[in-house]
Amino acid sequence: MWGYLRGFDTDLFSQLERIRDEMDAAFGSRSGMSGIRSVAAGTFPAINIGASPSRVDVYVFAAGVDPKGLDISLQQNLLTLSGERKATLPGDVQLYRNERFDGAFRRVITLPDDVDPDKVQATYRDGVLQVTIERRDEVKPRRIEVK
Amino acid sequence: MSENTGMQARAPSEMQAARAEEAALLPPVDIYEDAAGITLVADLPGVSRERLSVQVDKDTLLIEGEAAIEMPSEMEALYADLRTTRFRRSFTLSRELQADQIDAQMQDGVLTLKVPKRAELQPRKIQVNVG
Repeated sequence: MWGYLRGFDTDLFSQLERIRDEMDAAFGSRSGMSGIRSVAAGTFPAINIGASPSRVDVYVFAAGVDPKGLDISLQQNLLTLSGERKATLPGDVQLYRNERFDGAFRRVITLPDDVDPDKVQATYRDGVLQVTIERRDEVKPRRIEVK
Repeated sequence: MSENTGMQARAPSEMQAARAEEAALLPPVDIYEDAAGITLVADLPGVSRERLSVQVDKDTLLIEGEAAIEMPSEMEALYADLRTTRFRRSFTLSRELQADQIDAQMQDGVLTLKVPKRAELQPRKIQVNVG
């Protein structure tokens, strides 16, 4: 179970990362190919997406966000998340570091085409929002009986 | 309170141990000070109380945590901003702080540490007696 995110560290990822680094080094970082809806690294909240034959899971790493204020919508295969993290810093203190994000956020994620917008579940636990979307039946692998 | 850069000399065995450890994310923090002490707030999404460790060794404060995430076994990655579930960050404390009196609270993946200052070092209002 704990190996889950390590599963993201696949050969494909490291190869893509290496290629991107080499591209950046050769042509300057602007020429790197990016997804049209991708955002800069470090954008709040971080998101991981995993897919299995029966469902797609979106993990949103949004610590300290009031789940009631989260707005999640799915239009076809486009998932939109928005919400706000309120600033918690008291006013009259000596501030040394302010790295944590505060304010409104919004992210739009393209999911695989076969997700079923009617079968979505969302849970928030320990600062991680997990959105589970079931995939339509036709793409699930089916065992074909030989008669 | 200052951040460790990892440039200090280390014992060879420690170096090996560090190499054996997995890569860890540096959680973003807010740090501020008031009359009572220093407060540190860190984002550790997915880390429950049980998987969080806050240690003080001499003057080093070490925060470590591992995010616990449920997932089906046949799942493949489509996209990942975070490539690891481990968080780690350390800070050096200064002498006027009471490291043995740290109060830690964890809620919704946000860790709040309150490190009090020694009472004798807290600013005191001096009463002026009019004779």
